[in-house]
Amino acid sequence: MPLIKIRDLHFYRGNRAIFEGVNIDIYQGKITAIMGPSGTGKTTLLRLIGGQLRPDRGTIEVDGQNVHKLSHSDLYALRKRMGMLFQSGALLTDLTVFDNVAFPLREHTKLPESMIHDLVLMKLQSVGLRNARDLMPSELSGGMARRVALARAVTLDPMMIMYDEPFTGQDPISMGTLVNLIHRMNDAMDLTSVIVSHDVAETAEIADYIYLLSAGKVIEKGSPVQLKRSSSQWVQQFMQGLPDGPVPFHYPGDTLEDDLFSQKVST
Amino acid sequence: MQNKSTEITVGMFVAAGIAAIFVLALKVSNLAEFNDEVGYKVVAEFENIGGLKVRSAVTMAGVRVGRVESIILNAETYNADVTINLYGNYDMIPVDTAASIYTAGLLGEQYIGLEAGAEDEFLQDGDVIDLTQPALVLEQVIGKFLFSKAEGDD
Amino acid sequence: MIDAIRSLGRWGLSVFERLGRGHLFLFDTLKGVPELFLRFSLVTQQLFSVGVLSVFLILISGLFVGMVLGLQGYNTLVDFGAEESLGVMVSLSLVRELGPVVCALLFAGRAGSALTAEIGLMKSTEQLSGMEMMAVDPMRRVIAPRFLAGFISMPLLAALFSAVGIFGGFLVGHGLLGVDDGAFWSQMQVKTDWYDDVLNGVIKSIVFGFVVTWIALFEGYDATPTSEGVGRATTRTVVHSAFAILGLDFMLTALMFGEE
Ligand SMILES: Nc1ncnc2c1ncn2[C@@H]1O[C@H](COP(=O)(O)OP(=O)(O)OP(=O)(O)O)[C@@H](O)[C@H]1O
Ligand SMILES: [Mg+2]
Repeated sequence: MPLIKIRDLHFYRGNRAIFEGVNIDIYQGKITAIMGPSGTGKTTLLRLIGGQLRPDRGTIEVDGQNVHKLSHSDLYALRKRMGMLFQSGALLTDLTVFDNVAFPLREHTKLPESMIHDLVLMKLQSVGLRNARDLMPSELSGGMARRVALARAVTLDPMMIMYDEPFTGQDPISMGTLVNLIHRMNDAMDLTSVIVSHDVAETAEIADYIYLLSAGKVIEKGSPVQLKRSSSQWVQQFMQGLPDGPVPFHYPGDTLEDDLFSQKVST
Repeated sequence: MQNKSTEITVGMFVAAGIAAIFVLALKVSNLAEFNDEVGYKVVAEFENIGGLKVRSAVTMAGVRVGRVESIILNAETYNADVTINLYGNYDMIPVDTAASIYTAGLLGEQYIGLEAGAEDEFLQDGDVIDLTQPALVLEQVIGKFLFSKAEGDD
Repeated sequence: MIDAIRSLGRWGLSVFERLGRGHLFLFDTLKGVPELFLRFSLVTQQLFSVGVLSVFLILISGLFVGMVLGLQGYNTLVDFGAEESLGVMVSLSLVRELGPVVCALLFAGRAGSALTAEIGLMKSTEQLSGMEMMAVDPMRRVIAPRFLAGFISMPLLAALFSAVGIFGGFLVGHGLLGVDDGAFWSQMQVKTDWYDDVLNGVIKSIVFGFVVTWIALFEGYDATPTSEGVGRATTRTVVHSAFAILGLDFMLTALMFGEE
């Protein structure tokens, strides 16, 4: 019985199909990666799971509940058990780092301030930003902001976390730490993790299962080992990050080299 | 998290705003004179009230002693029944007091002026003022004047 | 020709659609208001940024409007030998009209645009989405406190505006032009009615506060989440608020002072 069960998902933006018949199962306690080229709708998928968008057809069940049939209060109750790390971090800009991480605790619990203090510092410690607690979000780098957001996403000890591009903008050291952190949290807290990422190597390292999305469909699914051995050229291209292959990775036009070169000449 | 000084300034803001409403009520407008509940009502029947309105002033020797509560047409006499609300602290107004309608200034509002009578009995709630003098309506005055002039010429 | 009619129709539909969304938004906002009384600190915070930060502007503007009224009114009244009525003129103008209206226009420019920009930016930086996913309803946590704060602030600001304005009129009338201060105040008191003038003015400012805050919050919440979209929404807040204030002022004035 999967924790998240997506069946026959259809979703349109205007006339444009983002998803056309997607089926995904995400199992309890596992790390599932959703990968695909930029703009395929990975973020959209997470928003659909979180109930922020409505599918045009098909169902999404989380923990046995159909997300889009829930009442307002039931949906909010469910969301308390879902953590989500936004691509942009989505920190509250008028609160300090500390208050941002404390925000869900203060909103949803009646814990005394001393306990909140300790909990928040522990979470910040785990992302290496304990001493940045008095900074405002505008004083953080993109990578730091994302780590604060990660700390915030786990403060309520949710049953599952959705990470939208957790690795982008991280230097190799914090990247390594993050990969470890996600892995450890998943095992230690029996979390279910959904990772959306472009970083094939890091994701493949910790993911139990990978879905490859493109053009509104699931192109391929399987364990990292299975995908690496896949015979599909498309999958090979994506997994190895080759610049060209059956599916052009770049928006059609000049090559990067041409662009860079012509700019150098003109200046 | 909640800033003390924020709370204090907000408190001062709200207090100042409410104080401003009080100033408007008591200093700028006539709310201070609204002691209707403790007042008593008398009725005066006027032949013509001119421009008198509900809430117009009622004065005695120039001192405000009440205000007009309501004006209705008397269905039998076709005069105007004006109910006057007199302030409770003016409870020594003789029963034979006369009421007239005057105009404050040439273009001003109209008000009722009371002239005290000589009786020892005082007006009570529900009493009627018998001696009344209607408002001067400018057109009527001029009309009468012309008429009498014409008659005199005859 | 057909195209013109079609685009007119499309425009009409979109206007009605926005109106509909605006009303749903208002409904959702109002639903969040009762529980705010259990967590009033949220409102206090907003009373600070919406109300307190507008006080200075309101006081200065009120003082000057009142002083101008004093000057202009005196020059007109003195021709009729009625300069003793200056107090009445100043107080009625302020309490009935200028207090609520000018104050609401200033409020829309100062606090309304700030609210729209703030909410629009929170939307475009995904802070509102972020809250939703943390199971915190932004309608209740962000919108409702701001709405209540705007609703409370506006009548208070308008009263301050009128009070300071009357004082400004007095300064000019008595201090500069030598109108007798006894006549100034007593005439004002006789002719300014608590119900008809003051209370109706307060009611106006309550209505304006409701509408301006509603417009400002809705424009922010409905803004296209880009810097340009937020910029446009801010402009729309000021423009729509101004229309709403002046239009409503006409209707309310007709209702309140029309029949006598
Ligand atoms: N608010 C919106 N209105 C219209 N179209 C949208 C909107 N948001 C996203 N889209 C479209 O939906 C598609 C999927 O967007 P989404 O953000 O889910 O992509 P993604 O897979 O997360 O990409 P990336 O890897 O770059 O984050 C995009 O092509 C985008 O053009
Ligand atoms: Mg994305």
